[in-house]
Amino acid sequence: MAILRPAGDFDTTYAHDIATIRQRWQWVLLFAFILTLFTLPFYASQSVVSLVNRIGITIIAVQGLSILTGYTGQISLGQAAFMTAGGYISALLVIELNWSFFLALPVAAIGAGLIGLIFGLPSLRVKGFYLAMSTLAAQFIIPWFTRNAFPELLNGAQGLNVQVPVLFGIEFNSPQRYIYITLTVLVFSTIAAYNITRSRIGRAFVAIRDHDLAAELLGVNLFKYKLLAFFLASVYAGVAGSLAAHNIRHLNSETFNLIDSVIFLGMLIIGGLGSNLGPFFGSIVVEMLTEGATLFGPFFITLFPSTAAGAVQALRPLFFGFTLMIFLIFEPRGLAHRWRLIKAAWRLRPFSH
Amino acid sequence: MNWQLLPQFVVTGLLLGGPLALNALGIVLIFKATYIFNFAQGQMLLLGALITWWFALELGAPLWVAILLALVLSAVIGLLIERFALRPMTGQPLLSIILMTLGLSQVFQGLALLVFGSVQRNFPQIFSVTDPYKITTPFVFNGNNITIILKQNLVWSFVIAILCVVIISLFFRFTKTGLTMRGTSEDHELAQSIGININRVFGLSWALAGMVATIAGVLLATSSGLDMSLSVVVLAAFPVVLLGGLDSIPGTIVGGLIIGLSMGLASASKNPVVRDMSEIMPYILLLVVLLIRPEGLFGQKRIERI
Repeated sequence: MAILRPAGDFDTTYAHDIATIRQRWQWVLLFAFILTLFTLPFYASQSVVSLVNRIGITIIAVQGLSILTGYTGQISLGQAAFMTAGGYISALLVIELNWSFFLALPVAAIGAGLIGLIFGLPSLRVKGFYLAMSTLAAQFIIPWFTRNAFPELLNGAQGLNVQVPVLFGIEFNSPQRYIYITLTVLVFSTIAAYNITRSRIGRAFVAIRDHDLAAELLGVNLFKYKLLAFFLASVYAGVAGSLAAHNIRHLNSETFNLIDSVIFLGMLIIGGLGSNLGPFFGSIVVEMLTEGATLFGPFFITLFPSTAAGAVQALRPLFFGFTLMIFLIFEPRGLAHRWRLIKAAWRLRPFSH
Repeated sequence: MNWQLLPQFVVTGLLLGGPLALNALGIVLIFKATYIFNFAQGQMLLLGALITWWFALELGAPLWVAILLALVLSAVIGLLIERFALRPMTGQPLLSIILMTLGLSQVFQGLALLVFGSVQRNFPQIFSVTDPYKITTPFVFNGNNITIILKQNLVWSFVIAILCVVIISLFFRFTKTGLTMRGTSEDHELAQSIGININRVFGLSWALAGMVATIAGVLLATSSGLDMSLSVVVLAAFPVVLLGGLDSIPGTIVGGLIIGLSMGLASASKNPVVRDMSEIMPYILLLVVLLIRPEGLFGQKRIERI
């Protein structure tokens, strides 16, 4: 499907030719949206703010997975493990070395990226299920490491109490304050994701996804770009892990687990693969479902008295699994694709095509 | 190395390989016929065990009747999964199919939790717990022969698991249905063109895998109790599958024994860090296998064409 532009949108300058946001009203809408989010703590309730905060962190993790799985086609079941790595690195830098959180965050991102590289190595030899398996191994080995290695430093299965980020004397100790960190990082991570995927690197990723052997014949260095994809995905995971750890202020080997990795993949499918909007749609829909599970929990307790308080925990995987299956069967290209269709239909109106 | 305990850990490790091989068999059965890697095998196992528990303890049926009913039901569940979840996915990319089985696993986990609740349940004991087997080995340590103590359920689980794998391989080797299944696993379109109903074969594979999962579930529940974490056990079977080869049934036994042995050997170490490593030993082996020989020990190497 060709990309349809609004009527009267022509490239008059080179700068306009490569612009992502092409029209003044798009800028206005974008800034209105960002402004709405940044002023959220002034008029929204605490639960809404903390939900938006959580969604923001999730989006960052899914953006990384989107680069790796959506654009490069490498299936990863280890995104949560790399979040664990990032979370531990930044928590330790703050606790042990008294670094500022804002310095520890980028270092944790790079650290998680390097760990991701190690587990990306098998991608040079294997793909498909096999690669899913090798990233699954990361999902077991990294949490095991945090449980068993350096007990005096990592505190074993108990985990760490993570400190509150402080900047210029302001303590980011509530969702209302923390949301500013999350949103700022999210803005930058989104700009980065857009530009990675539409540049030379992104085109190489897409070539590898569509056919890796053919891409190699065209001169794409598989070794370099596959590892780069793993590195970038893990950097995003590291950032998300670090943000989440300092947000919930506690971290152990189970904070980010295999189910989270599965949910991230599900968010990616529900949102749409190979799209920068996908992570937004997917994360928002799935997090809303989780909220729905909390809402419907009491009702289900009356239906299944044997479950009692466990209903909420039961509904979360149930809602998620059903939604994922329905999307896979009826909307396999995800919400981002549907959004493109709606936009195209709007622009072509009153004609159907 | 803790030499005195080494024989004990080696034998226990090898015996643990039996149930691992059984779980791997369920995955291989489906993969061989359909090229689908079933991540929901663990939840199928959990459901099988829960259904058996429900028939035996809630409805008061004799245990063998309960197991038979559970086998039938799990075969039906397998058929339903194939028909309503996986058949619409025919021809879809790999990632979608993997996510479909992952989605299924979440749905089953949620359903099990919703209907049965998350309490630990007593499962009927099939094998005596009080009377372990004692074997005196010819190895001498400090002037005494080393004695190995083996729980009955461990031994019998191993025997039943290996028996299942052998029966399934004989079924594949000597029956006509087995032949059609092997034919289908070679090439779906080719099989269809010579008159094999491949949808029937796919359904049969899922039904068989469901039954295998139930047997594994009952064996596990009788030795370690029944709760929601039962489904996690299958995660340790993934390395077994890859080590043995994704499409090899005998490979599951060899893979199971090697993985079990590696866990046993790690537990026999005196170094506490190595001892703790026994739980991630399968995954370390998995990484090694993937780097050195991705098709596994007995798997078929497939050449990819552009």
